[in-house]
Amino acid sequence: MRIRIVFSKTANLRYTSILDVQKIWERTVRRAGFYLQYSQGFHPQAKIQAANPLPLGYDGLEELVDLWLTGGPAPDLIVQQLSEALPDGISIKRIEIVPENAPSLPKQVDFSDYCIRLHDSEQDFAGILEKIKSLLARETLPRTRNGKNYDLRPLILDLAAERISGDSIEIYLRMPSNPGKTGRPEEVMFELGFEWQDFQIVRRRLILGEPEP
Amino acid sequence: MTQTIETFLNRYLVTVSKPGRYAGGEFNQIVKDWGKTAVRLALAFPDTYEIGLPNLGLSILYDQVNRRDDALAERVYCPWGDMQDLMREHQIPLFSLENKVPLKDFDVIGFTLPYESLYTNLLSMLDLSGIPLRSCQRSEKDPLIIAGGHACFNPEPISPFLDAFVIGEGEEVIHEILDLVKDHKRDGATRRELLRKLDDIPGLYIPSFFEVAYHSNGLIKEIRHVFKPEKHTVTKRFVKELPEPVTNFLVPNIQTVNERVSIEIMRGCSRGCRFCQAGMITRPIRERSANQVLAALKSATESTGFEEISLLSLSTSDHSQITEIMQGVMEISQARQLAFSLPSLRVESFTPELIATMAGKRKGNFTIAPEAGSQALRSRINKSISDEEILATATQIFRMGWTNLKLYFMIGFPDETDEDIQGIIDLCRQIKAAGKRLIGGRLKIHISVNTLIPKAHTPFQWLPFSNREETARKYRLISDGLRKTGIQIDRPDFRHSLLEVWLSRGDRRLADVIETAWKNGAKFDAWNENFDSQKWLAAFQTCNIDPEFYASRAREMDEILPWDHISSGISKNFLIREYEKSRQGEISPDCRSVCHACGIQSNFMISCSELRTRV
Repeated sequence: MRIRIVFSKTANLRYTSILDVQKIWERTVRRAGFYLQYSQGFHPQAKIQAANPLPLGYDGLEELVDLWLTGGPAPDLIVQQLSEALPDGISIKRIEIVPENAPSLPKQVDFSDYCIRLHDSEQDFAGILEKIKSLLARETLPRTRNGKNYDLRPLILDLAAERISGDSIEIYLRMPSNPGKTGRPEEVMFELGFEWQDFQIVRRRLILGEPEP
Repeated sequence: MTQTIETFLNRYLVTVSKPGRYAGGEFNQIVKDWGKTAVRLALAFPDTYEIGLPNLGLSILYDQVNRRDDALAERVYCPWGDMQDLMREHQIPLFSLENKVPLKDFDVIGFTLPYESLYTNLLSMLDLSGIPLRSCQRSEKDPLIIAGGHACFNPEPISPFLDAFVIGEGEEVIHEILDLVKDHKRDGATRRELLRKLDDIPGLYIPSFFEVAYHSNGLIKEIRHVFKPEKHTVTKRFVKELPEPVTNFLVPNIQTVNERVSIEIMRGCSRGCRFCQAGMITRPIRERSANQVLAALKSATESTGFEEISLLSLSTSDHSQITEIMQGVMEISQARQLAFSLPSLRVESFTPELIATMAGKRKGNFTIAPEAGSQALRSRINKSISDEEILATATQIFRMGWTNLKLYFMIGFPDETDEDIQGIIDLCRQIKAAGKRLIGGRLKIHISVNTLIPKAHTPFQWLPFSNREETARKYRLISDGLRKTGIQIDRPDFRHSLLEVWLSRGDRRLADVIETAWKNGAKFDAWNENFDSQKWLAAFQTCNIDPEFYASRAREMDEILPWDHISSGISKNFLIREYEKSRQGEISPDCRSVCHACGIQSNFMISCSELRTRV
């Protein structure tokens, strides 16, 4: 059976890469006493498919992964036993059973919604709003990443800031997350004049298919 | 401070390489209530997280200590250079992974030292903790700094940096140490008093209680205990029965050097290879029963979810119940699609029945260790297998479906001739030809040719280390001789071997060299890309010490060796007899069939045959 798990990946698992997360699922299933299906061939691979890699250092609140299990354990039991076998930092929100022939997850992901928390609440909120405004007013934002020149502007689909309770400031961002185009929120933050140690990126959700209005 | 550390990690971890090294939170991690636990031990491994996490010694102690209600053990590994710089810049002290507590706040810091190239990292870790490097500089506020592991069988080069060493196995003695520290804390006694009490525990070596005097020619004149003139040696500890194996291994969240269930099936080795320090210092042999091994394997696979299982020992195929164990391993691995690895098989005991248990399994690498190229030389090192046996085993391996063979050799043995070197070439070529006939182009042969390091507590401990030119010439002979065979040759960097030679055969005077090299910037010396022998040579020069005194000089049989006050339980007379037999080309057969009076039985008042097997 094919199940889709909606899970969060935070805290000490922030620094675990997509490949290592695959391994975590494989081991968690084994610890939970379930069996994954394996591919045929000389080097059988466990059938696990993550929707979209979450870059190192990001938190993810609603990440998606499909697992193919043998047999058909009850969904409640799956949630309970997997949850007990997961390491701290990943927690299952919900699961659903997906038709075997449903399209593959990575192909369905279009966009990601991010919320970026500023560590320092003393930041000048009005100044940030001003910077966002002028950034959005630009037609192009040429940047270099890993030695390649690209334009960041078209990757910013939505950008806003909000002061929330306790004086902390959050920045909301929507960027594409598909194999053809992937936006990196930290690049936007660098454009706004921040450095890595100033903020925490949280991917709130992945958006499949067409973006919602 | 813990809050400051956590804020620092939250903000800056994303900027360092491999940040997962510092995050902790692995499945099976044990986090205890710091405030409610009487005695606290930090287990420190002076290399990176990826190397240290799978270390079995550390896993055993983590398990042993955390079983106690009154004690906790937390882990710390050596931060990589970028993280060290960042921590210094932000004045963040070295902290434990579990509770994120500064190391300085622990009662005891225990370093695991399996090999010598970690010594500069040990200094980095003390320095990052804000703890004085030398025992004599520490105050009542500082934790007790101890070390254990195979490298500690010659503790002298790092003796000024440690308050105490555990010589031998730690499973029992760690509890005695923690009990003592707990009482000491309650009574508010001084550091000095604690050391005096530790000195009474068998297997504990307090280096500051021993004085070394030298002759004018630099040789050791005398090693004596300051308070107890009658105490000439510190004898290693060992456990008569191996405790229940660890099954709740930490499951890392980032990739480490090996990720598998490792069950030690046997400790000690009866083969008595004369170059092998592990085989000398881990006597006597103690097996775990097949039942215990299989139960542990099962429980460990369930608790970790690891995809690979491995049986550990110095000589796996010598276990008296190996066939039974292998059958069980095959059942467990088939049921859950697990890979398995079986290091340290012996040509002598790798029987057809044993091979048959592995039938139908996907075949990984197979390793054979002829060690020397000719039968005559193999007799001298007491590895008495013939070329025919090696060839027959290799042939059988290929027939069973293995395609990748790895062969281990060493050069630099005493009285080694060019014929012995030619023997390595001939043997490899014969094996290659046999493999080619049986499996054709899929055959892959790797050979690893190490340079003998004459280690302390072995019959070769008096020998000089090979010189650079001779070593280079022999390696050239081998690579010329194997040209166009497609056999891949691994060899160590001579300068790296030299470091191991100095540090494993040195005396107390080397501590200044180690500290100076560290100040010169030496760190992560076990990493080729970091190791810089110039920093070490400069340190020798600064300290006015001749490195050749420790490397190329043959030691006199009546010389007091730097480690003579550390006893592995093996008598010096046995080592001398073995050395002489080696010169005569005489072998000492497996000691399960005939006792060579190595001293283990008489020194510990034990019977090896009684301790060996458990059912």
